[in-house]
Amino acid sequence: MVKAFINGMGIISPQQTWGDESFLNAVQDYKSNALTCIEPDYTQWISQQQLRRMSRIIKMGTASAKMALAQASLEKPDGIITGTGFGCLEDTETFLSKITDLHEEALNPTPFMQSTHNTIGSQIALQVQCRGYNQTYTQSAFSLEQSLLDALMVLTENPNQNILTGGVDELTSTSHSIQSRFGKYREDVESTLALLEKPAKGTIAGEGASYFILSGKSTSSSLASVAGVDMYYQLDEAELTERIMFFLKENNLSPDDIDLLLVGKSGDDKNDRHFDYIISSHFAKSSIGAYKHLCGEYAVSSAFAMGLGAAILDKGNIPDGVLLKDEKRFPEKVLIFNSYFQDHHSLILLESCRATKS
Amino acid sequence: MNPTIHVVGAGVISSIGNSYDECFKALQNGEHGIRPLTSLDSIYKDILPVGEVNLTNEELAHHVGMDKPVTRTSLLGLYAAKEALHDAGINNFDRLRNGLISATTVGGMDRTEIFFPSYLKDKTSGHLSDVVHHGCGATTEVMARTLGIKHFISTINTACSSSVNAIMYGARLIQHGILDVVVAGGTDALTKFTINGFKSLMILDDDLCRPFDNDRKGLNLGEGAGFVVLVSDKVLKENNLISKAVVFGFANTNDAFHQTASSPEGRGSYDAMEQALNMAKLNPQAIDYINLHGTGTSNNDLSEGTAIKRLFHDKVPRLSSTKSFTGHTLGASGGIEAVFSIMALHHQCVFPNLRFQTPIDGLDIVPQRAFEKLPLTHVMSNSLGFGGNCSSIIFSKNLKR
Repeated sequence: MVKAFINGMGIISPQQTWGDESFLNAVQDYKSNALTCIEPDYTQWISQQQLRRMSRIIKMGTASAKMALAQASLEKPDGIITGTGFGCLEDTETFLSKITDLHEEALNPTPFMQSTHNTIGSQIALQVQCRGYNQTYTQSAFSLEQSLLDALMVLTENPNQNILTGGVDELTSTSHSIQSRFGKYREDVESTLALLEKPAKGTIAGEGASYFILSGKSTSSSLASVAGVDMYYQLDEAELTERIMFFLKENNLSPDDIDLLLVGKSGDDKNDRHFDYIISSHFAKSSIGAYKHLCGEYAVSSAFAMGLGAAILDKGNIPDGVLLKDEKRFPEKVLIFNSYFQDHHSLILLESCRATKS
Repeated sequence: MNPTIHVVGAGVISSIGNSYDECFKALQNGEHGIRPLTSLDSIYKDILPVGEVNLTNEELAHHVGMDKPVTRTSLLGLYAAKEALHDAGINNFDRLRNGLISATTVGGMDRTEIFFPSYLKDKTSGHLSDVVHHGCGATTEVMARTLGIKHFISTINTACSSSVNAIMYGARLIQHGILDVVVAGGTDALTKFTINGFKSLMILDDDLCRPFDNDRKGLNLGEGAGFVVLVSDKVLKENNLISKAVVFGFANTNDAFHQTASSPEGRGSYDAMEQALNMAKLNPQAIDYINLHGTGTSNNDLSEGTAIKRLFHDKVPRLSSTKSFTGHTLGASGGIEAVFSIMALHHQCVFPNLRFQTPIDGLDIVPQRAFEKLPLTHVMSNSLGFGGNCSSIIFSKNLKR
């Protein structure tokens, strides 16, 4: 399959990742187990009239998509592929609550209309009048990865296209309260930046909207390229290690070739256990970085990591607060290794495109 | 690239039957499955006509060998996927790079809406086992674990076009050499969420739906699942499998007109049909039968019909909406109708569009009124959804290109 150039991106996250300042210029620390996004003034991207009807996930998704298009100097893409673990939760909860409260009578259809997962990609299509390919994946922490895989196939079929690809999930108070009952989050968080210092039970919740313009052709605005993606469901440590080595081999790489391994450590001791083993046994020479202390744990956190990786490859330096282990290597190849509540593991391989930039 | 993709297995469950053969019999005999709602604790119980599957969750679970309670969406999906895999009869399935690609719009909503009223009263209340499978992806993971598919799992939710997109994705993953065999389709259970949603949009018919009729009043909701098993030419030959049909062309487009309404000219639907024909390298006249999206709403049928008129002009092929039998099964509809399209090729027949009387003003499209045997080579199936998502797929007899 072709490599896909990232010719633009828009990242809305609990950190300052959009606007004129450089990506992660100053990292934000939180005293909370629920991180929500630093949101832009949406009126620069979406009209007041449209904003009134939109839930937060649609606003974040649309704005990040438009940021990506603007950076790539595109009016509209040829196709839109969206990954979302839980879709439009706010509208779903609203409609569910109204069914109960109003005993199924006199319901306003708007939250129902906007509750399906594809509303994010559809609203973007509507706004930019993109009548091409439009797809939405919702497979927990594989949602972004499925979208990338599909985009790589589309670009292999037609390298000249520009495919808007991304991952979007929102954190609502209802989802946070229900997920908390499953014991997923830590209580009494004093500093989210210190999340990974002491492994313990639980992590912190996060959210974010990240869209990328992917194309088979590089431009002067290309940030990095996506060289490969893979997903592994419910594998043990040995199987996982084997599959990671196979993935690298398929890409003609060995672990030593990875300058920076961005790991999806969440602070949860069970989730993180395999990382330490795989890092020490195979990636001793690579610098190691992390991201969930910055964006929180959510189904498409790897989309935040992809934005981070692309920014690192573009600038040639790693922002403060990312590195767990510094091997002083210049970032040319970044491997994102995400894990989500032990079941879902994925890899995204990013490469510098400074040499091939046209 | 672009090697032939074969359908080697098909499975379906819907209000007109609990198997491929039962559904075929009902389609042949013109027996629809739309009756007053029985299963949900809703104000519409015993009143609203819907297409319910006539098996309880316990019966479904028993049939698919589940001992733990899971969502109805997973159970329906497992039921149809198991039939499809059994039909395919692939001996070394486990040794092939296998994948499950399922589509659903409600996921575990049938259980979430049991949880939610208690939760609303008291945030520490409600059984967590009722929400653990809420996500659409969780529906597929339950299915994959039960079917023993671990290599590749994916879930698509593009509203009512979801399962055609699942079949397309499966075909492309095989074409790109990523997978050897894919179980693809969709599943959706009836829920209060969707019944009330469509009711609030005022697009449910209080009587039996009449797709493509001038006096149509709206749709009937249904539930069910439809799955196909896809393989490449190479896997077909190596495993001595029987090709039921080939996936000849497909396309996914967006209408980009309105969140829930289709454009009057059906531009997204037109694009999807035209691009699917282009991929198949076929002229419109080559299509022998169209299994319509045909929900029975004023907007859908006019828009889809207009797109068909614009593409096929005065040579509109035989066409029908089998939603007049099953109701609109949302995310499952593309999977169920893919199976019906394969059935049409298999039995060399077309299915009736029930209750049709008067053509839509200005369209002059008269759907198929009776079951009829005739030679078919290429069958098109349309699926359109909220958010402007449009998909068309062409299944063909296994002919050498």
